[in-house]
Amino acid sequence: MALLEVRDLTVVFQRKGEEPFRAVDGVSFDVEPGQTVGLVGESGCGKSVTSLAIMGLLPKRGAKITGTVSYDGTDLLKLSDREMRDRRGRDLGMVFQDPLSSLNPVVPIGLQVTEVLERHRGMPRKEAMIEAKDLLDKVGIPDPNRRLKEYPHQLSGGMRQRALIAIALACRPKLLIADEPTTALDVTIQAQILSLMKELVQDLGTALVMITHDLGVVAGLCDEVNVLYGGKVVEKAMRHKLFAEPRHPYTHGLLASIPRLDAAPGEKLTPIRGSVADNIPWTSACAFAPRCPNALDVCRAETPAEVEKLGRLLRCHNPVVPGTPAAEEVPV
Amino acid sequence: MSETLVSVQDMKVHFPIKRGVFMDRTVGYVYAVDGVDLEIKRGETYGLVGESGCGKSTLGRAMLRLNEPTAGKMVFDGQDFSALKGEELRKMRRRIQMVFQDPLSSLDPRQSVESILIEGLRAHDLDEGKESTSKRLRELLSAVGLPSTALRKYPHEFSGGQRQRIGIARALALNPDLIVADEPVSALDVSVQAQVVNLLEELQDQFGLTYLVIAHDLAVVKHISDRVGVMYLGGLVEEATAEDLYAEPLHPYTRALLSAIPVPDPVVEDRRERILLAGDLPSPANPPSGCRFHTRCPWRQASRCDTERPALRELKPGHKVACHYAEQIQSGEIQPHEVKPILVEEGDTLSPDIPLVGPASVTEALNP
Repeated sequence: MALLEVRDLTVVFQRKGEEPFRAVDGVSFDVEPGQTVGLVGESGCGKSVTSLAIMGLLPKRGAKITGTVSYDGTDLLKLSDREMRDRRGRDLGMVFQDPLSSLNPVVPIGLQVTEVLERHRGMPRKEAMIEAKDLLDKVGIPDPNRRLKEYPHQLSGGMRQRALIAIALACRPKLLIADEPTTALDVTIQAQILSLMKELVQDLGTALVMITHDLGVVAGLCDEVNVLYGGKVVEKAMRHKLFAEPRHPYTHGLLASIPRLDAAPGEKLTPIRGSVADNIPWTSACAFAPRCPNALDVCRAETPAEVEKLGRLLRCHNPVVPGTPAAEEVPV
Repeated sequence: MSETLVSVQDMKVHFPIKRGVFMDRTVGYVYAVDGVDLEIKRGETYGLVGESGCGKSTLGRAMLRLNEPTAGKMVFDGQDFSALKGEELRKMRRRIQMVFQDPLSSLDPRQSVESILIEGLRAHDLDEGKESTSKRLRELLSAVGLPSTALRKYPHEFSGGQRQRIGIARALALNPDLIVADEPVSALDVSVQAQVVNLLEELQDQFGLTYLVIAHDLAVVKHISDRVGVMYLGGLVEEATAEDLYAEPLHPYTRALLSAIPVPDPVVEDRRERILLAGDLPSPANPPSGCRFHTRCPWRQASRCDTERPALRELKPGHKVACHYAEQIQSGEIQPHEVKPILVEEGDTLSPDIPLVGPASVTEALNP
């Protein structure tokens, strides 16, 4: 059985006097122990809301969550707040995008690490301090003894992210959710953090859910990739398969629109026309249809079902035939 | 008409760090840009890359005199731009326009698109009657791919990509020779980024523009630029054509930077060798002695690196590098070694040789 089974997860935000907004719309995926799963998509595709829903961090009022999220056999969505608090940080770790706003600015780093150890592993303060030092050392923070006493603003962005990873891994969770962990960092620091995460995940056997907009990050890190669009998974495949032969027009379009370092000189980019604002609701059509170069009449009349074909899960009426170039941009 | 449009000579921008209440003593400087020479040819795209804090944006702004440079000059089309004053400077500004990173904060939310575009035309007396102006505005909008109905709308009614198009139309309105684009696509989603990158390229062909593109994303810069300059801590470390730079990076920093960028292809990613840099960027207020990169350089040698600042020298035609040992590194004579990360203090921006005297706040001055 998979470590984490997300089935038909739906998050609807109710807004007073406005239409309810379906941020996540029936997302299902599995995470096996030790596996790295990627959730990719552009802003507004529901990737972050998915992770917050799994962690039980969405507000009770306003957000209506349905579906099941079973972790090791228990449905996390049915747990009480108290039970969920016991699990967060112990069984499930999370690393957020902006390390400065997710660390407490008025508490020294050391205390923020030992807090987790005391709360979940019942360690006495002294022992926890020694463990915290080891943890900071493990995530590559130089001079950990001194850093334990310092405050978040005294650390650089990369060091803060390392400290956050140390906190997330303090209780050796079986599952780590990383929401855009490197987006706020420079590329050379991003490379450091990614290689650190890869190493730690391998050493500890932690399963990782990697949420990012950067297909390059996914290509080097994830075993399985879920591509999200408008709150639904549109394509799910193992990474080699997905990148070698993207079949959903959205995945295909994304890959064609990224400038690549190893591209031949003078190669043109092929953008996806329009923007997310052009989406139509999934209820009776494909949300991507207005931007899709492959769109047929049926795409605007019928919601495509998620079916297993071509060695992957695909939600599309008219998948891309491999080898065809992405369609030329039509000026809007 | 000479081939070189812009020539920057030994440009320096040092920001003073002030302390104290009564006297505003200067206790040090942030060496944001510290001696940069570069040339941009007519009709080419020059890409300036580097990580945050390397001074690339400050350099761009100093060239336009949005920040006054501390030293050095910029020669624009044969005229010394840094010596211009008053009306002459204002007239010259028409020929150099800028596109900013965040399209929402660089557009006035209470100005309609028409008013945004017309403002520059009026300021430079290019508004010649209602009819010709409205024709010009329509041309501009169609050049950047917006419908003419956009004229009466306000910035908040557009998506991020469309707002960036308005910013570009505003820059184009005055028929400039040079457009300085500071991170033109980094605030946009990937699928929209490509639209704006393609638009910039099309406009260049159409209007014969010269670009200076400042960005942190080397893949974008490589795609759009003819020549690329890599900056590190206020100085250029390497300059070459985009292909050469990628095919044969000579400076250790460029190598590390290139190897750090993820490529969306698992086959390439699995094979790649990463050069991981140890530690963080040192503070530009207290830059390392000698070569600025020596504290993180895996190829650092015992002599010269920490004492002598390497000058940019031409190793091959059109390929300049600022490294004492570039030849030996390229031939493999010098092999990379382990680097121990050096602590970089965030906020610890002052050089230790400046004595801190006098009160630092009112409370301190009143209760010594």
